[in-house]
Amino acid sequence: MQIRNDQQRYGLIAVLLHWLVALMVVAMFTLGHWMTSLTYYDPWYHQGPFLHKGAGVLLFLTVLFRLAWRSLSPPPPPLASHSPFEKMAGHLTHWLLYLLLIMIMLSGYLISTADGRPLEVFGLFEISALIYGFEEQEDMAGDTHLVLTYSLLGLAGLHALAALKHHFFDKDRTLLRMLGR
Amino acid sequence: MRLYQRLSTTLLSTLFLVAPLQAADYVIDTKGAHASINFRIQHLGYSWLIGRFNKFSGHFSYDEDNPAATKVTIEINTGSIDSNHAERDKHLRGKDFLEVKRYPKATFISSSFEELGNGKAVLKGDLALLGITKPITIDVQHTGHGRDPWGGYRRGFSGMTKIKLKDFGIIFELGAASQEVMLELIVEGIRQ
Repeated sequence: MQIRNDQQRYGLIAVLLHWLVALMVVAMFTLGHWMTSLTYYDPWYHQGPFLHKGAGVLLFLTVLFRLAWRSLSPPPPPLASHSPFEKMAGHLTHWLLYLLLIMIMLSGYLISTADGRPLEVFGLFEISALIYGFEEQEDMAGDTHLVLTYSLLGLAGLHALAALKHHFFDKDRTLLRMLGR
Repeated sequence: MRLYQRLSTTLLSTLFLVAPLQAADYVIDTKGAHASINFRIQHLGYSWLIGRFNKFSGHFSYDEDNPAATKVTIEINTGSIDSNHAERDKHLRGKDFLEVKRYPKATFISSSFEELGNGKAVLKGDLALLGITKPITIDVQHTGHGRDPWGGYRRGFSGMTKIKLKDFGIIFELGAASQEVMLELIVEGIRQ
């Protein structure tokens, strides 16, 4: 498999980034949901959020790198067999997924830094609070974080269903391309 | 119109002359932030966590000649809880604790006031929190009273009480040492 994308195929970097982000999103959703349900005396009560925040920052960097890579090595155009509607819907979904990802991570950052405390990344370094002190910022950012996360999962589900539809009904290479074929 | 005004003014002043002297009404000076509602709860049994409610309003009436007629009403904006930690405050406003979207207000309405001498008193009343109303007893200390430098008259009290979290439906397990929260009310009223 080639490293870069070309006109027909996705390269190794794009494929790895796609599946890494997909995996991280599912893991972060599961962790986020689970850690907010823990009791105070659970050993994971502090470790869960510690991991969630650190991994969130790593995911943010991954997504930034992915967007940078996308502009350096543009993805192959949609298959010629796709209808104009499919092309449009696909594009819209992809950009919306990126947008939601970024907004979810920013809103998460705004929860933890709402009182001016920095965001700690695995105890290695900290990201300073930039926007803080707004009234009930943590609640608004928290509601946003939750609603956008459900939206992202819904949209990612649609994205996956569309890929399966291309694979099983249209019998085209859409899904296979994301496996580097 | 002018006649009506004059008449009503006369009527009002007559009423004032005739009516018996009322207990003085005070508005709690939350505007100038000379009042606070603070709480403290044990953390794991090893330390104290201290926080406050930043938004509340209230008024009281107090008559030195008839202290038993004292009345106090306080309304607290539960969403204004502030423990100096955004992530904890978010948790405290959520379903595990104050559920502020469903219950944005907590109120205290007094039912009796008994002076014990030495500036001490006992204030009883009903606290409505999270949709549950329970009687509570507040130990009161009269701090002081008198003219302020700006032409007003002020009177201040402090009060202490403690409530069991479970009494108000808060069942999130904080540990054996953290079953009760102590509430401190510091009020300064401006006489109306």
